[in-house]
Amino acid sequence: MSRRARLAFFAVAAAALAMTLGAGLAGLPSFGGQVTAYARMLNRLAPPQRHVTDVVSAISFDYRGIDTLFEEFILLGAVAGISVLLRPLSDEARVLPEDKAPDRAIPPPSPAVWLLAVILSSLLVLAGIETVTHGQLTPGGGFQGGVILASASYVAYLGTNYVTVERFQPAPLLEASDGVGASGYVFIGLLGLLAGASFLSNVVGLGVTGNLISGGTIPLLNLVVGVEVAGGFAILASEFLDQTVVIRTRRR
Amino acid sequence: MSALAYCLVAWLFLIGIYGVVTSRNLIHLVVCLSVAQSATDILLLEIGYRSGGHAPVFVSLPARPGPAVDAVMQALALTDVVVGAAVTGLLLALVVQLHKRAGTLDPDALRATRD
Repeated sequence: MSRRARLAFFAVAAAALAMTLGAGLAGLPSFGGQVTAYARMLNRLAPPQRHVTDVVSAISFDYRGIDTLFEEFILLGAVAGISVLLRPLSDEARVLPEDKAPDRAIPPPSPAVWLLAVILSSLLVLAGIETVTHGQLTPGGGFQGGVILASASYVAYLGTNYVTVERFQPAPLLEASDGVGASGYVFIGLLGLLAGASFLSNVVGLGVTGNLISGGTIPLLNLVVGVEVAGGFAILASEFLDQTVVIRTRRR
Repeated sequence: MSALAYCLVAWLFLIGIYGVVTSRNLIHLVVCLSVAQSATDILLLEIGYRSGGHAPVFVSLPARPGPAVDAVMQALALTDVVVGAAVTGLLLALVVQLHKRAGTLDPDALRATRD
């Protein structure tokens, strides 16, 4: 199909889509008006019922916890899929980059870059742990904090070099944390069954609202999700970097 | 106000799809798909918005905080962001392998898959 024909085809389809979308959007409640009864009920009930102050976390990890279980497994599946797609293919091999000029020393990264990486990555680890552990109190949680934790390793890649970072985060460790995080969610869900309630019931002591340890299983689930997401995103960085650094086409 | 808020969603979605259709670079195409997908995030947050509402986080509130916005929509938007990241990652991995096989990122130049 030529570009012109494709654009014409798109124009017709987009016009039809815009009309359908417009009709659908016009049927929505007016912007800024009343929120649904479900939302009002949850906003009123979640803090006293689950001893949390962040209702979004209570919904994600308690009232609709099974949704988040599937969401977590979507992420696990995607990370596994990317690892499979980016494996060395039949005509490729993993070759560590060799030093072609051993008589010349590799210049170390500039002190400014190194210092910035050290400061930034430690601050990112701190912010990540803070975000993961305070999910039940303030905005944040396992998904957000996990991404912040993984970005600490991205900064470490920038400030040092590939070989150093790979030594500190070996692939088996990352893969294990990805799997342990995902299965941990299921095990915490099974606690509910052991206690005689249903799967993913909040059966752990709820604690005092506003304390760090409060909300029952919500902080525990945030923790395992944080481990999974941090491991998963660190795997992604290392898989994509492998493509440029160590995976080479085998010479015929 | 209502019309403007929802028109933004339709515009963002259509401009993203337009980018996908006319793209000449597969990485650009993946980014365009993310733009289209972000329309759904904004739609979810807009449905949950309430004029003068505060975030559904009940800590350090002023004396008369007023209503809170819809927390369910924010939780759904979180799900959407995570799924979006998963899709973007998978597509970029496919693009990497495609570039090795085809030697190009231009979707129009992928002869083997055309006709």
